[in-house]
Formats: sequence, structure tokens, C-alpha cells
Amino acid sequence: MSRSGITRTVIWAAIALCVGVLVFAIIAYRPAIAAVTRPDPRLFDAALVARGANLARLGNCVSCHQSAGGRPYAGGYPVKTPFGTVYGSNITPDPATGIGKWSPAAFNRAIREGVGRDGSHLYPAFPYTHYATVTDSDLGALYAFLMTRPAVHAVPPANTMIPPLGFRPLLAGWKLLFFRPQPIASDPRQSAAWNRGRYIAETLAHCTACHSPRGLLQQEKRGAEAYDGGWSGGWYAPPINARSPAVRAWTVDRLDAYFRTGLSTAHAAAAGPMGPVKYNLARAAPADVRALATYYAWQMRNAPAARVEPPLPDRRALALQRHPDGARLYEGACAVCHEPGAAMMVAGRPALPLGTPLHEDNPRDTIQIILKGLRPPVSARGPYMPAYADALDDRQVAEIVAYLQARHGTGPAWKDLEKDVAKAREEGE
Amino acid sequence: MIDLTVNGAAARVDVDPATPLLYVLREDLHLHAAKFGCGLGQCGACTVLVDDRPVFSCLMPVGALGTRKVTTVEGLGTAARPGDVQRAFLHEQAAQCGYCIPGMIARAESLLRKTTTPTEDEMRTAMAPSLCRCGTHKRILRAVRRAAVMRGGGVVDAAEPVT
Repeated sequence: MSRSGITRTVIWAAIALCVGVLVFAIIAYRPAIAAVTRPDPRLFDAALVARGANLARLGNCVSCHQSAGGRPYAGGYPVKTPFGTVYGSNITPDPATGIGKWSPAAFNRAIREGVGRDGSHLYPAFPYTHYATVTDSDLGALYAFLMTRPAVHAVPPANTMIPPLGFRPLLAGWKLLFFRPQPIASDPRQSAAWNRGRYIAETLAHCTACHSPRGLLQQEKRGAEAYDGGWSGGWYAPPINARSPAVRAWTVDRLDAYFRTGLSTAHAAAAGPMGPVKYNLARAAPADVRALATYYAWQMRNAPAARVEPPLPDRRALALQRHPDGARLYEGACAVCHEPGAAMMVAGRPALPLGTPLHEDNPRDTIQIILKGLRPPVSARGPYMPAYADALDDRQVAEIVAYLQARHGTGPAWKDLEKDVAKAREEGE
Repeated sequence: MIDLTVNGAAARVDVDPATPLLYVLREDLHLHAAKFGCGLGQCGACTVLVDDRPVFSCLMPVGALGTRKVTTVEGLGTAARPGDVQRAFLHEQAAQCGYCIPGMIARAESLLRKTTTPTEDEMRTAMAPSLCRCGTHKRILRAVRRAAVMRGGGVVDAAEPVT
């Protein structure tokens, strides 16, 4: 190529680059929305605020918008992603550090489009992909609820994203690829409760954020893979569709009890990241919780246990023979509560083999529940289990898990247990 | 036979490895500080230190200790020469009936071995697994704040000053 040819190519490449940058800038650009004076909390209708409170509980907002030991809605919970940690923001009406200066238009845009008042794109750790189809009237109620919370002056820790992901305009690219809001039309063949349940589940409750697998760029897989199980905070969120590994059917009544009390006597207690969900649902409107139960019972209608509830194996002698160390540890650390006839069993707690974790295709939840136990928040009642992270080492936890699976499990034997215990300690919360 | 190290001394006991550490401490080694409360890991009266971590000894199979060292309140001081955490509990008169106190002291000791400058929240989180039915929590927390100061640190955002 001649020198002038090279020059021409370089010029054209530069022009193409400039046009590309310009086009991207136009796509990524969102204007700021003017600040308002913090609305007077006394001007909001009490019934509207109450409706917003219910929606915030159904949406589990406080889980990410409150740090451990922090004030509600003041932000600070770390959402760990493969690309770094995103901290929940302060959504109290504090004008300086919260959303006190946000107009309803700014609030609605943030929730529906994932764009902050200042025009910056929000990380999809904030599940606006689900919120895009929340109704106007629900958004108004949520706005009224949040604007009447006590204003807390608090700045959450800065996000620690790997370069260049700290550059927020790039999120416009992510949105182009993965942000396709689908309106949720009512299905006339289904009941009102089912339709209400689907609306809550697929919008505010954003259940698939944990219960669906994610792709390379952390986008939730939809369609056929929706509800196929996913990962959250070092725990496994099991499939809640036809692939549910539960050994007892999830009926509407059982789901309803599980959501409201955190315990299904035919399954187990909610644990890990599901813990806060149940404590929020316990305070939500019972009819809405029942609607969620209706929808998820339908999602799992074709699960194996929905057709036939299998007999529960108890291969005690075989498990003892294969894992004598695990058996001995179980005897000293677990049996006092979990063995048939033990105090907690007599008190009505579900038997170990009913617990879904033992039937999942990976050991993570069984490991985490042993390491972390179950602890109700200070302000609520709920099932309890002591944590064993300090008492047992990785090998010992692995032995117990191997013993339990050999004794009660229904799936293929888990492998590399000790390694997964170490990983669970590292990733778990 | 199971070998273990308790309060710096080697011990050998002839028990089933599944036996709870608490039973071995109380019945074989005659160390009566750690108490049997619920036997279910719910009350914390049996808490002892295993290496530096607080553990419910009622749910700790003695065979699971391996080479890890056990410390009970007897290992932190004597009636004649109480240790610093014990002195802090005495100073604040933190005990009502006293049943939970050995577990509380073990838990406080564990926290202060990790850091002598915990936050108020870290302190409360560390102490939370132990229950006190008499309701002396305020005094117990004062005692932990005092013990932190005695160790050369202090609770950084203490809800009450140590006076």
C-alpha cells in the first residue's frame, strides 16, 4: 500500500472511531433530572404509604439497602459479583446522601430504567430488569413509603469494580444486550391470585435474581432456563420449577406457610439469603404472600415430588460403614437435635431427609447450613440452628456432609467435599 | 483413649469420641466452669475456647478436637488471681445468678483475642449467641468494654464510656 493509501486508511479509521464513540455517547447519555426540595413527609397519604410498605417488603428492598448493623434503607450491603462488589445505596430521604432530592420522575426512571437522578447508569445488581414493568401506581406507593422513612445521613462504601467497569457509561452496552423489558399481560386462563402472584414474583420480588442461572456478563438466563437454580452469597438457590429437587410437593399451603413463617414442616427452614426474604414476607400482606405461593406452586407443578412423593431413605448402617468419622461427628454434634426422637424432632421440626439441600445436585447448601447455622434477626422469631464454622474444620464438615448424603440423599454422590467447604467459608455470608 | 490439651495441660480420657467436650470437661476433668444449659447449642452456657474461637462445648464431639487447645474460664485466672476479663466482670458486677457468665467470659475472651478495639456492633454480635435469663446484658456489655480497655484497646464507638 502506498503512503497516501495508509494515510487514507488511518483517517478513515479515526473517523469511524469518532463516529463510534459519538454513537455510543448518544446511546449512553441520560440527562440529569432536576433536584427537588425533599417532599414534606406529612403530605403523603397514610394509606399510600402503607401500600408502599407492603410492596417494599415483597420486594425485599431492605436486604440490599441496609448493612449489617446499619439503619434500614441507609444502604451498605455488599453484593459480590465476579466483576467486583457493589454496595446497596442509601434510599432514605436524606437530601445529601440519600434520595431526598429525587422527584417522582427521577425515582421512576431509576427503578424502571436503572438510571440515577444525575443521569448515571446503575449496575444491574439493582434489579431494574425486573422493575421495568412495575405499575405507575405501585411506584407512587413505593415513593411515598421511602420518602416517609427517617432520613439517615450515610454514605455506603465505594464500589470496587474491576477496571474498566467503574466507568458507568459502559452499562449502556450491557443494557443494549440484556435489558429487554417484557410487559406482563394478565393471563385470563389463570386465577386472579396466580396473576397477582406472577406480577409480584416477576417484578418487585425478583425471585429469579437468585433462582435462575446467570450468563458470562451476569445477565439472568430467561426462557427455558428461568428458575433452573442459581447462586447467591455463596449459597445455592435451588431450581423452583419442574427441576425442583424437593422430595415433598410444594403445594400452595406449604409455600404459604414457608413464606410466612420461614418453615415448611414438609421441607425445612429457609436459610442463607432466603432468611431475610422470609422475614420480609412475614410482614407483607397475607393475600399477596398467598398469591406468590399460588404462582410458585404452579411453577413447580411438574416437579418430581409434585407427582409422587418418594419414600425417604434412611441407610444408617451403610452410611456408618462408609463414613465412620462422619457418623461419629454427627453423633456428637448433630444427633441431639436431628435424630428421630430428639428434642427438636419432638418439637415438630422437619426430619433431616426432608430438607431439600440433601437432594440438590451440589453440596453447597448442606455445607453452608452447618457452617453458618440459622439465626433469626433480633426483631423476629424463627427457627434456630447453631453455627459450626468455629467448632469443626473443613475435613470434619466434609465428613458429616458425606455421611448425611450417604444416609439420606437421593442424588449422585457429591465429590471434592473438603474443597467445597473451604470455598463455602470464603464465599458465604 | 483421647488426648486433649485443656488450659495448657495435657489430658487423656477414656471416652467415646462422640462424647460432648462439655461432659469430658465436667465429669472427667472436673472443670465445672462451663455449664450445661440447653444441650442444644442455643443458650451458650457451655461456651469454651477452642484455639481462639468460641465453641458450644455441648455440641463439640471431643474426638473432633484433634490438636486444637481448649481453654475454659479456669484457664483465664483463679479466685485468688482473676484474669483481666474476670476482673472486668467483677468490677461491673455483671453476674446475677452467674450461670451464663463462664460462657460470656469465654466469648469476650475470644473477641478480645481477635481485636482489642472492636466496634460496639462487633462486640454485640460476638456476645449475642450467649443468653442471660436474668437480663444483666447491660452490665455484661459494660464488662466487655472495660476488659477491652484493660487490654490496652477499647470499644471504638462505645455506647457507654468506661468510667
